[in-house]
Amino acid sequence: MSESKFQPKSKIVQWIEYRLPIFSLMHAAVGPGYPTPKNLNYWWNFGSLAGLVLVVQIITGIVLAMHYTPTADLAFASVEHIMRDVNYGWLLRYVHANGGSMFFIVVYIHIFRGLYYGSYKAPRELLWMLGVVILLLMMATAFMGYVLPWGQMSFWGATVITSMFGAIPFIGDAILAFLWGDFAVGNATLNRFFSLHYLLPFVIVGVVILHMWALHQHGSNNPLGIDTKGPQDKVPFHPYYTAKDAFGVTVFIMFFAAMVFYEPNLLGHPDNYIPADRLSTPGHIVPEWYYLPFYAILRAITFDISIPGTNIVIITAKLAGVILMLGSILVLFLLPWLDFSKVRSATFRPLYKQIYWLLVIDVIVLGYVGAQKPEGILPTVGLIATAYYFIHFLVLMPIISKVEKPKPLPESISNPVIKAAE
Amino acid sequence: MTMNSARKAMIVAAFAGLSLGQSVSAIASGEAVALKEHDWTFAGPMGTYDRAAQQRGFQVYKEVCSACHGLKYIAFRNLTEIGLTEDEVKAIAAEYTVAGDVDEYGDPTERPGRTEDYLPSPFPNANAARFSNNGALPPDLSLITKARVGGPNYLYSLLTGYVDQPDDFDLGEGLTYNAYFPGHQIAMAMPLFEDAVEYADGTPATVEQLAEDVTVFLNWAAEPELEARHELGLRVMLFMLALTILVYFSNKKVWADIKKKKDDA
Ligand code: HEC
Ligand code: HEM
Repeated sequence: MSESKFQPKSKIVQWIEYRLPIFSLMHAAVGPGYPTPKNLNYWWNFGSLAGLVLVVQIITGIVLAMHYTPTADLAFASVEHIMRDVNYGWLLRYVHANGGSMFFIVVYIHIFRGLYYGSYKAPRELLWMLGVVILLLMMATAFMGYVLPWGQMSFWGATVITSMFGAIPFIGDAILAFLWGDFAVGNATLNRFFSLHYLLPFVIVGVVILHMWALHQHGSNNPLGIDTKGPQDKVPFHPYYTAKDAFGVTVFIMFFAAMVFYEPNLLGHPDNYIPADRLSTPGHIVPEWYYLPFYAILRAITFDISIPGTNIVIITAKLAGVILMLGSILVLFLLPWLDFSKVRSATFRPLYKQIYWLLVIDVIVLGYVGAQKPEGILPTVGLIATAYYFIHFLVLMPIISKVEKPKPLPESISNPVIKAAE
Repeated sequence: MTMNSARKAMIVAAFAGLSLGQSVSAIASGEAVALKEHDWTFAGPMGTYDRAAQQRGFQVYKEVCSACHGLKYIAFRNLTEIGLTEDEVKAIAAEYTVAGDVDEYGDPTERPGRTEDYLPSPFPNANAARFSNNGALPPDLSLITKARVGGPNYLYSLLTGYVDQPDDFDLGEGLTYNAYFPGHQIAMAMPLFEDAVEYADGTPATVEQLAEDVTVFLNWAAEPELEARHELGLRVMLFMLALTILVYFSNKKVWADIKKKKDDA
């Protein structure tokens, strides 16, 4: 099962290939010419699913943009025009709106897959970091997309989130005016967000290409986390993983379709069906579900930080929140150098496996806190969960990777006999 | 191995994420009051609207609610979707007077409504609406069931929720007690009374019946695509199910030789 050489039989393909070697590129990228570990499990399906959703978002988005009007006066009504008058406009919009959520579900699973199996470790550091760049771009894209229908949550969500930048010392207000194009979120803001919302997905496509390029350099990691030792450990990508990915795709589309056709507004917010109104603030402003853990981190610090023994504030509560929220994503860039263990897969790392699940729980707790009004014990819970998030990456991960005694690794993928067993 | 527990836990995590989205909306409107649960014919994956109820509901909207609330995203032509004939719709549109083109002197004109016109709103602007309603703004009802947590159940509960206020409740001037409105004081006086309209089909017009019918109608106004959505959904799900089964067995066949070798080893 080693690499197969690309030898097209068709004369036309040969003619093209001689001038533009695009067929051999496909052959080597997703065809029989790409050797892949043969033991990948279904957690490895989520990368191709993310690619699928990206394509779906771009196609539905471009058609929506043909009917959408990016001005404060008409945006809300134009979305209703799409829902009511455009042929299958409701389908386009519900696919696109739910597609945003699907994208994050798929990508979050993809990321937690990487965390469990140590896919961020050498030699895949850049591959991992490119993934984090994609996550940041997705967050920016979806945030600006959510502003476009110009409902109450669009408007107030945009106001709350952009105001964060006002916390930056000295230049905060200038940045705000630059972002808004005005002295508040308004028509100018909507215009530029639409422009950027159209642009960024194509930037994501660019980074995805780099991500795939880096992936093909050393191939996929696998559930055992050990390197492939030879052809007996691999299968050609096509037909093995094209078939397996296709199965994942059909199952995923059923899940996606069930949301679109039966619960299209489940993940949305009712207030966004009320047109934006700068004179009436919703009782409780919450971002989309996929930002909730980060929103909890943003609100975790409720006190100004001053020089001990004085009243001189060095970091306001607001700025501290902004720093922590950015830090919570930026820390992911450092992961490859915070984990010293040579063993990749958590399967063979008894201690890491435990803190991995604690992290999963911690993020769910953060998400819960992010959804609630900051009342009662919730701010305290949020602060503790935020602290634990950083402790996980900055303290536990390095220490555990030093002190933990991994279980013996198998000899190879095709020979799962435990090396040096007994 | 651990994979099974890992898989289970991740699925749980994914769904916890999903249900968060729901809890968000539930919390948004302030304190949660248990709404009246009603069996709507349009609920569920196969749900459709009851045409007779939709038409009765339109009558309620037209004769009661439209005095204060607009329905600006609905055009007269859309009313054929609730089972009215073209002629009936034409006749209804013609009952209204709408702004026409400017005449040859450049002066505004008025003309009878046509089917392509949108339902006229009762007030020319928000200030006029507030002026006539003690400072409160009656919202446009085109999207009301999508714009409130609980959707149709909330609307039905609100309309049937005008009960006597508790003794210790301090009601503001010009406000009415309502069991389901957030804060319990609403600037809309109870809009529905028994026999507020006279149904052509002889259905007894109790408050519950009126509320139910107008809720069905307004849910249609908010989600006119619902029946098409459910119908297409069923086809897509059945097609995808068949395709999934096919792809599942193809995948199994593709991998058969590899799996076999592994078992032999
Ligand atoms: C006399 C004028 C009037 C009539 C008639 C009237 N409403 Fe209202 N309605 C109002 C006003 C004023 C408000 C704003 C209440 C407030 O904000 O406290 C309102 C608010 C509402 C709301 C929003 C409640 C919320 O959750 O914010 C709904 C829904 C509603 N009306 C439905 C109806 C329906 C259905 C009818 C017909 C059966 C109707 N109304 C008839 C004046 C009226
Ligand atoms: C990375 C891929 C993308 C993501 C994650 C994304 C996400 C979103 C989200 C969350 C919304 C708000 C939906 C709602 O609540 O109504 C939205 C709206 C919109 N998006 Fe995108 N989008 C993507 C790509 C695109 C592209 C490529 C276009 C092309 C122009 C586009 C055009 C639009 C338009 C016109 C709207 C407003 C209509 C509406 O609100 O439904 N999107 N997007």
